[in-house]
Amino acid sequence: MGFLEISNASKSYGLVEVLHNVDISVGEGEFLVLVGPSGCGKSTLLNMIAGLEDITSGEIRLKGNLMNGVHPSRRNIAMVFQSYALYPNMTVAKNITFGLEMHRVPKPERQAAMQEVAELLQIGELLDRKPAQLSGGQRQRVAMGRALVRKPDVFLFDEPLSNLDAKLRVDMRTEIKKLHQNLGTTIVYVTHDQIEAMTLSTRIAVMHEGFVQQLGTPKEIYDTPANLFVATFMGSPSMNLVPVTIGVDAAAVYAETSDSFGEIVRLAIQDADADLKSMSGKTVTMGIRPEALTDKDGVDHRSALIESCASAVGVTEPAGSDTFVTTTFGGAECVARMRADTDAAPGEVIEFAFNMEKAVFFDPASGIRIG
Amino acid sequence: MAALNQDSAIRTGSTAKVLIYLLLLLFAFFYLLPLFVMGVNSVKPLSEITGGNMMALPQVWTFEPWRQAWSEAQVGVQATGLKPYFWNSIKMVVPAVFISTILGALNGYVLTKWRFRGDTILFGLMLFACFIPFQIVLIPMARMLGLFGLAGTTWGLVLVHVVYGIGFTTLYYRNYYAAFPTELVRAAQIDGAGFFQIFWRIMLPSSGPITVVSVIWQFTNIWNDFLFGASFADFSSQPMTVALNNLVQSSTGVKEYNVHFAGAILAALPTLLVYIVAGRFFVRGLMAGSVKG
Repeated sequence: MGFLEISNASKSYGLVEVLHNVDISVGEGEFLVLVGPSGCGKSTLLNMIAGLEDITSGEIRLKGNLMNGVHPSRRNIAMVFQSYALYPNMTVAKNITFGLEMHRVPKPERQAAMQEVAELLQIGELLDRKPAQLSGGQRQRVAMGRALVRKPDVFLFDEPLSNLDAKLRVDMRTEIKKLHQNLGTTIVYVTHDQIEAMTLSTRIAVMHEGFVQQLGTPKEIYDTPANLFVATFMGSPSMNLVPVTIGVDAAAVYAETSDSFGEIVRLAIQDADADLKSMSGKTVTMGIRPEALTDKDGVDHRSALIESCASAVGVTEPAGSDTFVTTTFGGAECVARMRADTDAAPGEVIEFAFNMEKAVFFDPASGIRIG
Repeated sequence: MAALNQDSAIRTGSTAKVLIYLLLLLFAFFYLLPLFVMGVNSVKPLSEITGGNMMALPQVWTFEPWRQAWSEAQVGVQATGLKPYFWNSIKMVVPAVFISTILGALNGYVLTKWRFRGDTILFGLMLFACFIPFQIVLIPMARMLGLFGLAGTTWGLVLVHVVYGIGFTTLYYRNYYAAFPTELVRAAQIDGAGFFQIFWRIMLPSSGPITVVSVIWQFTNIWNDFLFGASFADFSSQPMTVALNNLVQSSTGVKEYNVHFAGAILAALPTLLVYIVAGRFFVRGLMAGSVKG
């Protein structure tokens, strides 16, 4: 049994069910990220773990103890809010120790705990200031300090970085990751930013319309998305989706599509399983990440199966570290990630290389991955 | 080419400016005139008023009318001046303002942060208190005060004013707290603060501007109230307004205008003081919540 066990949890507002039978088990020291577009139920789930929202049916257990109906302050959790929610009338020091005071911790212990946290987060010189006198990044630190000082079993983060500017967000991201590595605490983190999810988590739960679409390590989610939603939501630019027809020729399995001129292109598929073979003659959706679709010089040399074909370049988008090149396969617009100094130019016909090891296939009707 | 004036969107010429200031001065003069008349005549001997000009400055300056109004004038049966009635008013206003403000804050807190089914309807009903004319409730209120055994007492008046004030104070605090981030309440809940701890430690200390509005509003309304004071108080609990009326309306003897003027200023002094001390917070408080930032 996990450290934090969510089993069959549902949430309804009146007749509207917003979370459907969520099952997630979080181990001690794990960093679980709940990610999804707005309205997918991720914040509701976090609030249910915190005890700020009731659970309509199902169970939430923390260290084996049933948490349904337990008051937030008795769950031994701490939460960092999107707006930081620092008490405006109290100094930073008061903000940090308020929770301890409410739990009747004696004053010397409160001071000691606060000093420890202040040192850890380097906010020692801010202790006498009011929240209004702090910058966004400083408020963020104080909010984390307030959570840390209680030494909770689980940290809950509700989109803590979305109010910061782009540069600070990246810095704080690294800092949160360091904090997790140093302290080894269990964290549940809500975000709508898939890059945050990928970089921070040990495991990700991708949510959509109140369902957990996929639960797995960042690599699993990225390389083998469970369905079309996960495939397109995670990754930027998002995964290319090419309609292909599966063909089986003796032992070989291949996917047939067309290049930008409508010429048939045949791409070999490695280690196709029975499910994919059974789709022979049918049209499926092939998913291929932009970095698995490159020019011939940029291919992954460790890949066992590279297929290449010529196609016309639509537009090129230099992004500094890479250049994104668009073309069409099977009538669908595709983005290829090429070296920064690629000589691809709009209108030119160049060779595109498919890293077929990384290709995944989806049933176009249900959207579920085949195999 | 004229330099662009970025300070004001509408450019005003100097003639227009002079005209505007003249108009403003005229109105200021007009509105200050009564106060001038009151002030000037309260420091004159009566003979100067009856024998001369209301607008003229005193030839003999005297504070005798003030002393008389405060401690010697014949208001009730005894010649006590306005002093005891002034204290009656204070004893009524302070608890009434305090209780109605605290209750309004508590109501606003519950109506925005501890929402329940029908809370908007309840709030709507409470708003009726702001629109009910005083005269309608005179007889039922007299009956209630009689039942509670509070008829003719200061505490009876406190009760009446608290009941009437809750509508306004609830309105103020509800609208103020509606803009107060709910995440703060949630953070406090996780920190282990209870219902009243959140109220005392987090909500109230952040309510400075709206508390000023509520206190000024309640203080002026209750201090200036005449109808309830005249209807529900007896001789021992009559507030300042009723006493002033009795002083001015007394039909025996010579009308001592200078004493009346001094008494009227005394009666208006506390509200004036509250405005001067807290007035700038009043506007700030009224603006709070309506504009973010």
